[in-house]
Amino acid sequence: MTTTALTGTTALVKLALRRDRIMLPAWVYVVLIGVASTAYTFGKLYKTASSRAALVTSGEGNPALLFLYGRLNGTSIGALTAWRYGVWGALFAVLMSIFIVIRHTRADEEAGRLELIGSARVGRQAPLVSALAVAAVANAVLTAVLCAVLPLVGLPAAGSAAMALAIGTCGLAFTGISAVAAQLTAGARAARGLAIGVLGAAFLARAVGDSAGVGGPAWLTWVLPLGWTETLRPFAGERWWVLALPLAVFAGGVWVAFAVAAHRDYGAGLLPDRPGRATASALLRGPFSLAWRLQWGALGGWVAGYAVMFAVCGAAAKGIGQLFGTSSALEKEFTRLGGQSALVNAYLASLMLLAGLIAAAYAVSGVLRLRSEETEGRAEPVLAAASGRVRWGLSHVVVAVTGTAVLLAVAGVATGLGYGLRAGGTGAEVNRMLGAAMAELPAALVVAGVAVAVFGLLPQVSEAVGWTVLGLVVVVNIFGQVLQMSHWVLDVSPFTHVPRLPGGTVSAAPLLWLSALAVALAVTGLAALRHRDIG
Amino acid sequence: MANAIEASGLRKSFGQVTALDGLDLTVRAGEVHAFLGPNGAGKTTTIRILLGLLRKDGGDVSLLGGDPWRDATTLHGRLAYVPGDVTLWPALTGGEIIDLLARLRGGQHDPKRRQELIELFDLDPSKKARAYSKGNRQKVALIAALASDADLLLLDEPTAGLDPLMEATFRDCVNAERHGGRTVLLSSHILAEAEALADRVTIIRAGRTVETGTLADMRHLTRTTVDAELNGPIALDGLPGVHDAVTNRSDGGVRLRCEVDNAALNEILSRLSAVGVRTLTCRPPTLEELFLRHYSERTVATVR
Repeated sequence: MTTTALTGTTALVKLALRRDRIMLPAWVYVVLIGVASTAYTFGKLYKTASSRAALVTSGEGNPALLFLYGRLNGTSIGALTAWRYGVWGALFAVLMSIFIVIRHTRADEEAGRLELIGSARVGRQAPLVSALAVAAVANAVLTAVLCAVLPLVGLPAAGSAAMALAIGTCGLAFTGISAVAAQLTAGARAARGLAIGVLGAAFLARAVGDSAGVGGPAWLTWVLPLGWTETLRPFAGERWWVLALPLAVFAGGVWVAFAVAAHRDYGAGLLPDRPGRATASALLRGPFSLAWRLQWGALGGWVAGYAVMFAVCGAAAKGIGQLFGTSSALEKEFTRLGGQSALVNAYLASLMLLAGLIAAAYAVSGVLRLRSEETEGRAEPVLAAASGRVRWGLSHVVVAVTGTAVLLAVAGVATGLGYGLRAGGTGAEVNRMLGAAMAELPAALVVAGVAVAVFGLLPQVSEAVGWTVLGLVVVVNIFGQVLQMSHWVLDVSPFTHVPRLPGGTVSAAPLLWLSALAVALAVTGLAALRHRDIG
Repeated sequence: MANAIEASGLRKSFGQVTALDGLDLTVRAGEVHAFLGPNGAGKTTTIRILLGLLRKDGGDVSLLGGDPWRDATTLHGRLAYVPGDVTLWPALTGGEIIDLLARLRGGQHDPKRRQELIELFDLDPSKKARAYSKGNRQKVALIAALASDADLLLLDEPTAGLDPLMEATFRDCVNAERHGGRTVLLSSHILAEAEALADRVTIIRAGRTVETGTLADMRHLTRTTVDAELNGPIALDGLPGVHDAVTNRSDGGVRLRCEVDNAALNEILSRLSAVGVRTLTCRPPTLEELFLRHYSERTVATVR
């Protein structure tokens, strides 16, 4: 039997599918349920053409909604579904693809598992090929399932296929992008960060392109993969050729990844590790400085991303008034919503909600660093030294909390600067937006507090529970209102209780009890940490 | 002086699995104590309980006169630990980690001692931990422990990744520690290491202590291996205290190999000399042989 660069690919694909046998169906399920239930609910809530037209008018008239979900391509149930869940469904498919590719390439390589595999009769390219194959299969399955299910809830077949393909090919495009990211950095964390950074840029480009209004940079929607789910126009005169774009990105990414892989050593990134300090600086001296040292790199990336994203989005708020005057219905809707200043405020407030939700994701990842330090055996040397458990636990929690506060401050200041520099009154805008952003902090910390509590009480499931809670909060706050979820469900999310700022009335009470809740959760978790086994 | 470690009847289980089933361990202050057992015997679990990372289910344990769970942080200031599987922070250099571990213990290394150990173990402290081999990661943890001023060193299979030269360096260092009056608990299944270093030994299997004492004590309990070339045939069958006797003819004489209880040595030697001895070697059993005995007993015990 001859061996080629691909020998062993099948075995590796099977191994990957075995390792991901829970995660993959879960991702597919989440996207499927999101899209299908949205279509179903829209069908029930907006039965008549006129009720849909009203929804479309208010959607087109509200830049905040355009920013979050994208542009509206029609008034059919299908078009509404594509509007509400096209971009977000693709976003979930993209995250799935990023996690699969990095997990089976750079993460395995960093952990040394790929070394064991590489020593067997396995071709040089087999691990990368198998990771790409698994991601491609996952996206294909997602596409096929959506294709099959959407017509069942009453959507036209062609549009269903277009929407399914839009989501699946977007995942595929990011499969290629993640493959490149996995080749560039020596660490899996950094590779994941890089790919998610591209995703952030893609979301931002289309958000600004969609919400900038007449004369705004609408072309931005065309620049990066996420926007192509809209420009394909599912259910609204499909432009099938748009599907060639994500496929080209996939092909290009794969080509670049193989080219880089052929020229680098096992375990190395594109940049070699430089020698570091032979002695520790006087600053590195305890659990707190260690946690800070371990997390500041990631925080730096987040801060940079936040600064760019919110400055751009803030600047885009200036264009909001220019959106109108195209139709009398829009004009009416515009006044009904409270005129330009109210609309700008609504847009800025949903921007701040987004800042809060993403900051909560950062906070959860910062807190769960505790769990990975524990399971990977790096908590042991710290705890075996003279630092108590609470101090160690608190070290990462403090970094996560500080980082979250910094991110929100950056979001507020950047939005204020971006908007203020174009609309005037920079100083006042910065102040106003900083306050609005910081109001999200207690809610973000409640989500982080849940992560601390499960880390202390149920360490084995802390990662699953932490991320699931975050996912639920995101779903409730992004989709809850339009899907007319019951108040009961909406109230579960801490972000529902945050005053909508700017524009809303400031009330300190919810901020205070949310803070108290966050502290109580954290105290519970840290107290439980004192009484449980480590490792 | 009081005992550095005292554990009796220690029990710990993880769900259905019993890791420790009434383990006893006594380590006297100032001694090097070898803690021997096959993989999965419970060595690491015991050490983690001693470190207060795991909570015991039952039994008594004291460490440096304190409760390892309740007084963990205080006690940790007086001990240094080398894990069996050393994982380090990939983005930090070896040198940074050595310093960090010292500071976490609440102390500061003597820079001269630190430099001496780095040279002795031939470590490049400016490399990122990500680039270290298993052996080099182990060296980082060992240097951090040996450079500390801790009263007690807990070393969990500390030489598993070291090359023979570094192993010899490690032995020299531990011997020096003994003379410096420090207590060392050395878990291992590398028996030569225990033989070369340990004052006393505890052997465990399946979460229980099977034997403890000095090597001399244990040899007393066991047999001496006798190899002899004799002038003529000899009958040892039925002689109490003689085991596994094998004879074969060679060069006009007879070769005998047997294991003899120490109490029966006198008797057998007089029988041998009665036949006429050409060559004779008597040697105490190596720890390997002691260990194999317990190991095979364990196999029997799990088969049942």
